[in-house]
Amino acid sequence: MDDRETMTETLCAMLARRGFGRRSLLQFAIAMTSSLALPPSVAPVMAANLAKATRRSVIWLSFQECTGCLETLLRSSSPTIDSLIFDFISLDYQEALMAAAGDAAERTLREAVAANKGQYLLAIDGSIPIKDGGVYSLTGGRSNVEMLAEIATNARAVLAIGTCAAYGGIPKAYPNPTGAVGVDDLVSGKPIVNIPGCPPVPEVLSGVLVHFISFGRLPDLDDRKRPLAYFGTTIHDQCYRRPFYDQGKFAKSFDDAGARQGWCLFELGCKGPTTHNACASLKWNGGASFPIESGHGCLGCSEPDFWDAGGFYTPLAGGSPPGWRNAGIAAAVGVAAGAAAALAARGRAASARHKAGPSPEETP
Amino acid sequence: MTLLAFARGPALQAALLIMIAGIFWRLAGIFLLPPRAQHAAPRHSLAGRIGGGALMIVSRFIPHHTFWPRVAMSVVLSTTFHLGLAIILLGGAPHILLIHQVTGLTWPGLPKGLIVISSGLTLASMIVLLIRRITHPVLRMLSTVDDYLSWLLVFLPVLTGILLAGETIGGYGTLLALHILSVELMMVWLPFGKLMHGALVFAGRWGMGMNFARKGAAT
Repeated sequence: MDDRETMTETLCAMLARRGFGRRSLLQFAIAMTSSLALPPSVAPVMAANLAKATRRSVIWLSFQECTGCLETLLRSSSPTIDSLIFDFISLDYQEALMAAAGDAAERTLREAVAANKGQYLLAIDGSIPIKDGGVYSLTGGRSNVEMLAEIATNARAVLAIGTCAAYGGIPKAYPNPTGAVGVDDLVSGKPIVNIPGCPPVPEVLSGVLVHFISFGRLPDLDDRKRPLAYFGTTIHDQCYRRPFYDQGKFAKSFDDAGARQGWCLFELGCKGPTTHNACASLKWNGGASFPIESGHGCLGCSEPDFWDAGGFYTPLAGGSPPGWRNAGIAAAVGVAAGAAAALAARGRAASARHKAGPSPEETP
Repeated sequence: MTLLAFARGPALQAALLIMIAGIFWRLAGIFLLPPRAQHAAPRHSLAGRIGGGALMIVSRFIPHHTFWPRVAMSVVLSTTFHLGLAIILLGGAPHILLIHQVTGLTWPGLPKGLIVISSGLTLASMIVLLIRRITHPVLRMLSTVDDYLSWLLVFLPVLTGILLAGETIGGYGTLLALHILSVELMMVWLPFGKLMHGALVFAGRWGMGMNFARKGAAT
């Protein structure tokens, strides 16, 4: 099959070639409509649209990142339709996966942008360093800022994949030596979808892609530009340990009796109550588990600035108290101010008594 | 920096330091008051005076029977809201966690349902007390900005706390941030207004009881 045939091949044809029938596609569409919080009546429409859909060009730029996001999206446990969605997109540029390198890779990027102008999806993983002219991350001698500005201009939409691309992530953590920022801080005038997570849940990206392929538009987003269907609730809301939170039953350490009975990990620093993501419902590794189910509290990795949010093992109810030394200084300042005020008042009273003369009690 | 990070970090530190400095400012002022001359011989020994002070701490919880019909409503409502506050503060697991973090002390928490019921009773009694303060001509005349501000700064933490427990309006993170900030506002105001009675009430009663015992008055 040559490139032109590949680009015009429908998803239905591609699935048939891989051994999946129409029934499988319909089952997949039903699961996807449920996952995307769409009405069940949409499933047949989605299946029909998917069957007719042709490949979409995706240009994937990796900036200041660890490749964890790409790894998690590629390491599918079984060849489901879900994972084949990634095969169905035309990934026209991705430095870690493509065979080309150097000038050939740069040429590929230019050609992909020119051939799909205004139609391609731009996927970004990694934050963008802007300090010192963006010199801390370069590709082919060009800064990430420069590449993003140029390639986002002709994109249909921009997908910020992972917490780094969405909010700056770990590179942005204090003291943020490279001046790292997220995509939304630099790109304007384009639809942006943030899919945060360190790494993000793969099914969320496939859900966004399926929605885009099926309906030609992005799914509904929340105020942080995250797909509402996946980020509309917190981990805490969907956590199987939630009943223990409501009963006030908390594990006090990672190996105590409470922890072994599956009690809530709130006191051990779990950030589930303030973290929006679909980990508790979609889970990881083919639905095997998610961090809380594996015995560790949520780190809140899909929230902005999670690395600087006060310690992974500090409970949400706690904080950063000033410490005994500072408290002692405050007490000393208070005592000094109170003593000075009291002595001044005594002085004023004595002066007033002196002016008024001796009191009747003191008169002989 | 998110609102929650601000509430749990710089705002918490500033509020605690202001509260500590303010409380010590008040205490220093009280302890350095010039002692009043005592011209009469004491009626009780030191042990008797200490006992009188301790007795007054307890006896002032119950008004004299002469006044009971007039103050029954205030006493019941005030007791309800003070007990409710104590249950919320000392029984709520997140509050115990914060106390543990600051002092190292800890104890078992109460189920969330009990805390929510206590919060509801506290809110209801506070609202009735406010209505009474506004509608009662004498109470209204005696009330100052301090009274209304102190009421508000106690009411807000309980309100945001019950919303947080129910997680009905807004996200947990926003509600938690608002709850912590409202508590911090209360902490900042505590030494400078009538909320200071929370730190002085028993010491004040004890001092007055000792003075009464010295003079031979009933405590």
